Amino acid sequence: MVSNVADYKTEVHNDWCPGCGDFGIVSAIQMALAEMEVPRHKAAIFSGVGCSGKTSHFINTYGVHTLHGRVLTFAQGAKLANPEMTIIAAGGDGDGLGIGAGHFVAAGRRNVDMTYIIFNNGVYGLTKGQASPTLKLGLKTKSLPEPNVNQSVNPIALAIASGYTFVARGYAYDVRQLKDLIIAAVQHRGLSFLDVLQPCPTYNDINTRDWFSGLDNIDEMTLKPMPRIYKLEDIGYDPLVHIDSPAEENEKLTQALIKSNEWDSKIPTGIFYKNEIIAPYDERMAERIPNYLENPPAYQEISSAGKSITNISKMLDALEI
Amino acid sequence: MSSIDLTWVIGGPQGGGVETAANIFAGACAGCGLKIFGKREYYSNIKGEHSYFGVRVSDKTIRSNVSGITMLVGFDAETIFRHVEDVFNDGAIVYESELTAMTVDEVHTLDAQFKERLKKYLVSKNKPFTIQGLLDEAKERGVTLYPVSFREILANLADETKNPKLRGMFRMQNVLAVSVSLGLLGLPPDTLLKSVGSIFSRKAEIAEMNKTAANYAYNLATVKYSKFKYQLPQIPKEEHTMLVQGFQSTSLGKMACGCRFQSYYPITPASDESVFLESNEIFEVENNRPGSTLVVQTEDEISAIGMIIGASLTGTRSATSTSGPGFSLMAEALGWAGINEVPIVVTLYQRSGPSTGLPTRHGQDDLLFAIHAGHGDFPRIVYASGDTEEGFYDTAKCFNFADIYQIPVIHMMDKFIASTVSTVPRFDSNKITIERGKLLEKIQDAGYKRFTPSPDGISPRSRLGLENGIFWNTGDESDQEGHISEDPENRIYKMDKRAHKLELALEQIPKEDQAINYGISDFCILSWGSVKGPILDAIDMLKKEGYKVGFIQIKMLHPFPSKYIQSLLSGVKTIIDIEANQAGQMGSLLNEHLDRKVDYYILKYTGRPMTCNEVFDSVKKIIDNKAEKKQVLTYGV
Repeated sequence: MVSNVADYKTEVHNDWCPGCGDFGIVSAIQMALAEMEVPRHKAAIFSGVGCSGKTSHFINTYGVHTLHGRVLTFAQGAKLANPEMTIIAAGGDGDGLGIGAGHFVAAGRRNVDMTYIIFNNGVYGLTKGQASPTLKLGLKTKSLPEPNVNQSVNPIALAIASGYTFVARGYAYDVRQLKDLIIAAVQHRGLSFLDVLQPCPTYNDINTRDWFSGLDNIDEMTLKPMPRIYKLEDIGYDPLVHIDSPAEENEKLTQALIKSNEWDSKIPTGIFYKNEIIAPYDERMAERIPNYLENPPAYQEISSAGKSITNISKMLDALEI
Repeated sequence: MSSIDLTWVIGGPQGGGVETAANIFAGACAGCGLKIFGKREYYSNIKGEHSYFGVRVSDKTIRSNVSGITMLVGFDAETIFRHVEDVFNDGAIVYESELTAMTVDEVHTLDAQFKERLKKYLVSKNKPFTIQGLLDEAKERGVTLYPVSFREILANLADETKNPKLRGMFRMQNVLAVSVSLGLLGLPPDTLLKSVGSIFSRKAEIAEMNKTAANYAYNLATVKYSKFKYQLPQIPKEEHTMLVQGFQSTSLGKMACGCRFQSYYPITPASDESVFLESNEIFEVENNRPGSTLVVQTEDEISAIGMIIGASLTGTRSATSTSGPGFSLMAEALGWAGINEVPIVVTLYQRSGPSTGLPTRHGQDDLLFAIHAGHGDFPRIVYASGDTEEGFYDTAKCFNFADIYQIPVIHMMDKFIASTVSTVPRFDSNKITIERGKLLEKIQDAGYKRFTPSPDGISPRSRLGLENGIFWNTGDESDQEGHISEDPENRIYKMDKRAHKLELALEQIPKEDQAINYGISDFCILSWGSVKGPILDAIDMLKKEGYKVGFIQIKMLHPFPSKYIQSLLSGVKTIIDIEANQAGQMGSLLNEHLDRKVDYYILKYTGRPMTCNEVFDSVKKIIDNKAEKKQVLTYGV
């Protein structure tokens, strides 16, 4: 029986701007959780700070609205202590690629089995529209006094370079595709990254819904708009690293990097890169601590009737003279 | 038998085996039943700069270092230049005899300021700027000199054992130096060999080679040189004594009290604690499966504290360990743990600040910062241990405080404790209790709210993964479920609910855990943390001279136990604040919380720990009415 999407909704008043792409992402997360039938108490949404930070309050699972830029640190700690949890971290592009960029890279190296979704809109919305790390050089969105003076960071390429083993992009207004991508991301064993293009209707007046739909880009022959967004699966793109060989890995990494550089007239969505050969962090831990997954930190018994049951006598014996 | 109290110091270039030598020495002495208090001093450097290890040995309990050296051992020139002045007139120097012609200017690791002071000293003694000059001056004072050619010992050893490789094994001069000095001090050789064996226990071949060398050097010392005037006898060993490094205390405390998640970013002097935890990550648990501590090295200290908050939300006892610079980065997340009532423990191994400061030196610079770190008003407990033994038991207390009050706890340790090697009674896990407060194991019914009101202000705590226990957390102010709320009435409820914990802690935490009263007198020392050792030793010395001094060691620095301390001080005429920072940080707390002011300050901020002699001298001056209001201590290189 498929769980009811409504079970995953809270009654918290949603104060995002009308038309905000964030609504689609929250719906997609709720639909994905329902479809996977994740028990509500076995899932936790961690969020950063900014408009997207409120996401955790709208989803009826454990919800942890953390600090600006630090969502991955909280989320990883929880997952490592209780590997049974389904953990989704969510945050804006400023949160994850600006103030939190160090954590973004470090998380890739660990490959903890969880999902990270970046709500990517090119602006810091909640502080009134300053340029974020993904805004292209020279663009002057609505509230910028001067055009953006910095180059943009490429989130897909950065994720790949950092070691994320599942890298994909969704579009906030294609909720069905996004839901499928979230399911694929959550079911991936390892750290999955999802870059979601999420137009900010209030402050990004350049990369708008209409812009993504190509309304400014009319085909001279058909007189129809040529949408910028397209799906990698529609062009027969294969993101999976099939065999454990450097040549195969290089090929898949390279094609993903090349695809990640497409922008302006053609913007790919879907799965860019997927590698199931690299061991997730919990497996690496289990090599050191054989019963880590059966007896993880959160479930270890530490006391009996208020007394310690940990036997440290071997360590003390070694120190005795 | 007169009592034994001597200080043996070995120095050499960082990476040259000084620490190994000192561990062998300490192990051998402790193996003979003697009490040990040793400390390591080193530069922020990997190889080449001067490091030294001082080991104080006694037949009675000792808790600090002294000013001065009974026997100095140096196989390099810098050690001689740095420390000869500190050798007692009735002390001894064991040195590399081939180095005597070395001049001050030839030792490039001596800094200009030190050279200038040394030259001035040598000029005043009318001696040339050479090792020989310095040694001659020492000899004239009465110091016994033991010239030893370690190169020659190696050559002879190579010939006698028909092992030509040994000739070039200069790495072994540390073992030779210890062995020679133990020969001169008359400690039974079997304990030396046992200690060498246990230090190199991981490599049998190397252990054997070093034992041979140790035995040879020991015998040489007894045959070639006359005995040193002070001898180390074997005395009855107290059962269950450990030789422990300070940082091991909090590691072992964490294992024992059930901390199962620790994250850290490398920093001196805190990371040794995490590395020790990771080295012992799996352990036995009574009537249960093996347990483990997950130790995660993070990308920075922000991540370290973020991870332990996440882990703590699952109900896991979680901690991080850091020093001042790292703790500075943790300030924002500390407030998040505060507003969301998440129990975490931050073990803060202080060192000298500000900024990078004296990165490998001691200091108690972070007390006020620990109390105030983070923006906004939120409760935390700041709790300070005075020595290695307290480090173990206090760790367990800190976790209890965190769980009971659902609050961040900052456990103050420091570099002095971290790098102290001392003999202490075996830690006893049966003496610690584990109290998890209102952490829930099960929730039967729907309708749970994380921040639901309760008579004592502390709400039952769910954990991620618990059925019916769903909650929300946010760094914003929140309602009872944990959703964002900017409602003014709710704001008052939540702020007061959190603040109330401090009153509760003051009320509930036993007085003897808040402060230790070692006796009250007209003159009373108030202090905190690792100054405890030098103070207690100094009080014993003062007593012998007929001076009576009281001492209160404050352990809970925040919330401050004003009423209790006030009550202890009712008969006290003069308050003396002693601490290892420039500002007199605890003194300012006393001035703020008590209805009277500190009368005298004894402070040290050279980065070197106080010796008992320094405390003795400065307290005596106060009692004799010869002291300034503030005395600044300076001993140590």
